[in-house]
Amino acid sequence: MAEAWQTFWSTYSTLILSIGVNAMLALSIYLTLSCGLLAMANAAFMGIGAYTAALLTVHLNWPFSAVLIAGGLSPALVALLIGIPTLRLSGVYLAMATLGFGEVVRVVVLNLELTGGPLGLNGIPLQTEWWQVALWLLLTLYGLARLRRSKVGRAFEAIKEDEVAARLMGIDVTAYKLLAFVLGAVIAGVAGALNAHLTFFISPGEYGFEKAVDILTMAVLGGTASPVGPVIGATLLTLLPELLRFLKDFRLAVNGLILILVVLFLPRGIWDPLRFRALWQQRRRVTA
Amino acid sequence: MFEQQLLNALTLGSVYALFALGFTLIFGVLGVINLSHGAVFMLGSYAALLLVSKVSLPLCLALLIAMLATGLLGLIIDFLVLKPLRARNAPHLIPMIATIGVAILLTSVAQGLFGAQVQRFPFGTVSEASFTWGNIHITVLQIGIVAMALALMALLLVIMRRTQLGRALRAIAEAPKAAYLLGINVEGLFLLTSFVAAALGGAAGVLIGLSFNAITPFMGQPMLLKGIAVIILGGMGDIRGALIGGLFLGLAEVMSVAYISSDFRDAISFGLLFLILLVRPSGLFGQVLERKA
Amino acid sequence: MLRIQQLSKHFGGLGVLQNVSFTVPADTIFGLIGPNGAGKTTLFNVITGLLKASAGTVEFNGRHLTGVPPHRITALGIARTFQNIRIFKEMTLLENVIVGMHDHLDYGFFSLLFNLNTFRRQESGARQRALELLSWVRLEPKAGMLADNLSYGEQRKLELARALATDPKLLLLDEPVAGMNPAEKAELMAAIRTIKARGYSIFLIEHDMRFVMGLCERIAVLNFGSLIAEGTPEEIKNNPQVIEAYLGREETA
Repeated sequence: MAEAWQTFWSTYSTLILSIGVNAMLALSIYLTLSCGLLAMANAAFMGIGAYTAALLTVHLNWPFSAVLIAGGLSPALVALLIGIPTLRLSGVYLAMATLGFGEVVRVVVLNLELTGGPLGLNGIPLQTEWWQVALWLLLTLYGLARLRRSKVGRAFEAIKEDEVAARLMGIDVTAYKLLAFVLGAVIAGVAGALNAHLTFFISPGEYGFEKAVDILTMAVLGGTASPVGPVIGATLLTLLPELLRFLKDFRLAVNGLILILVVLFLPRGIWDPLRFRALWQQRRRVTA
Repeated sequence: MFEQQLLNALTLGSVYALFALGFTLIFGVLGVINLSHGAVFMLGSYAALLLVSKVSLPLCLALLIAMLATGLLGLIIDFLVLKPLRARNAPHLIPMIATIGVAILLTSVAQGLFGAQVQRFPFGTVSEASFTWGNIHITVLQIGIVAMALALMALLLVIMRRTQLGRALRAIAEAPKAAYLLGINVEGLFLLTSFVAAALGGAAGVLIGLSFNAITPFMGQPMLLKGIAVIILGGMGDIRGALIGGLFLGLAEVMSVAYISSDFRDAISFGLLFLILLVRPSGLFGQVLERKA
Repeated sequence: MLRIQQLSKHFGGLGVLQNVSFTVPADTIFGLIGPNGAGKTTLFNVITGLLKASAGTVEFNGRHLTGVPPHRITALGIARTFQNIRIFKEMTLLENVIVGMHDHLDYGFFSLLFNLNTFRRQESGARQRALELLSWVRLEPKAGMLADNLSYGEQRKLELARALATDPKLLLLDEPVAGMNPAEKAELMAAIRTIKARGYSIFLIEHDMRFVMGLCERIAVLNFGSLIAEGTPEEIKNNPQVIEAYLGREETA
């Protein structure tokens, strides 16, 4: 029995831990979405966190926990810097500006000798253990849940619904948007740091446009009404390519098809409390 | 030397503008960021490639048919995916995610059908002839690209500004529900717009395929990013903006490769984009778009 | 309490407010009337910081409001409702009102994160106060409902409760009874009187003459961006310029 578990774990541990990492990424964009911000910089923040952490481990031999914290703080600083001017933009323009920022980061990393250039960083020690991923994921979920129940979560929702009305409620909209943006960067950065020490090799291409789109898709697919949604979306989109492996070249096609179908039939995502409520009320009416 | 670079910028910028045009049309009229535009672009390239290499059609004809084919594809995508979402009044990010799914699907299908290796147009597809004018070396292909791009854009501008159709489209762009109440056939025009936009994307695909002679299933992705940059620069939903934005991006890229560093080309382009947005939040020409009813 | 001095606002070439000056005293119900397009809502927008004045000043309890961002103006004690109702539709009534108390909840991150006493106490206090405010406008039984499901008149009342939640000294109401039936209007009139009795000052914009004349203690009249009269309801009713603004010049038959 224990042996079966060992074999299972040695084959699938990376996959399972990737679910945890992706869940954190999806949650990072969920946070900014909950404030009404379509910010697509989280892939870049993930990359910044990953490279910071990897470099600290490889060159300076820092202890892992310190590395993780640095991996969370370095993108936060960047977010603080670019957030103030960028968050004046709204809607699609914000999305594009943050995508643009992401591209700049990718190209810079691609060309820096320090980061290993296009060949990336190799030989990062495999230090991520399952309990660390679980811990950080749970911390993130806990933090987000507490925020939701507080004035901060309410402020985010107010801003998302109507910025002007929110201002008149005494909410400093600019400050709160920045808060969401920076916190999202921290979460993405830690996820990146964890991931770097899981896959022992990182390259700039992993943190570009495709990744940014992936992260958004995971969150929106899962549903952005509560933190549960992004976790579900991340799980599904991480597992799907594995489950569909047998389709070889066409497995991405099925991936795309599933995405289209879910969007068509579940437009508010998989985890949609409103739909559940409506279904439950329907059932009550039927049995009544 | 400088003039040569300008010409290169003009050529590159024209194709960027052409691609962005389709993209911006869909955003302006349908209100959707269509991330499958890159895949459509790529399929246009493959379509022309097949027609030229397997069926031995002359390039002009192949281009036309490729445009029709991609136009049709765009129409199908709108009808099957975007239209149901419109009927359901889906929240605003959802159609974009759906187009991501379409892009993944189409790219994967292309990979399965054509393989991932780089393919080229057969030698002799385009005449190798060129002219020299002063310091500048102009190929037939370059003339063709610029002429075609400019012609298509001029045509589009005329339609938008001087015809009933154009007026209807602009009405829809501003206030779709009001347009509907005015008796405009909104659904029909959405389908038409999708067709035209995709056809333009397919045209851009053929032209880029000819210019760089490197066709792969993944060529749509980087193009998409550039398309996004162009319409941000030029203003979302603005046709002249797409043209100017495209030329601007072409210029920025060519100049940074020629005079600064080819490695940092993308960083410079996007860095510029970022800075421009900070100064003018709705792009160089866009007005703050607020869709009413 | 609220002093408007030489206030002007123009958009490009269009002058929406020209040299408006008047004072809203404390502890009154003050009305602002005028034909459509006279600039009343623009005036509210300038007072609350949503628009910048082109010239002139707004002073609230001695404090200049020029250049102060909207969220700070709210903190200083001015709250406002909107002509076209801007409630948070996807939140419940209770949540809507609690958002208004944002500034008055000052627990720190630590307390928030670990569900400490300060957090719990303030949150439950906010809940109770919100229910109380909802009861002032007779919406308490619907506290758990989604704001989107309310009727039009009820949404207006919710907006009023939410504005009160910010604990203002001055309430700006922009057409509070627009679209209501006579029974609802009478109910709101009584509610406003009660609110004033609790110590709030009220400054409202309205088109319904009976409502304004019956409720307001002082009235200012705006026409084409200029102040044309100010005084008690009696004075305003008999002011020839006011009559002319509303009814047009009398035809010399």
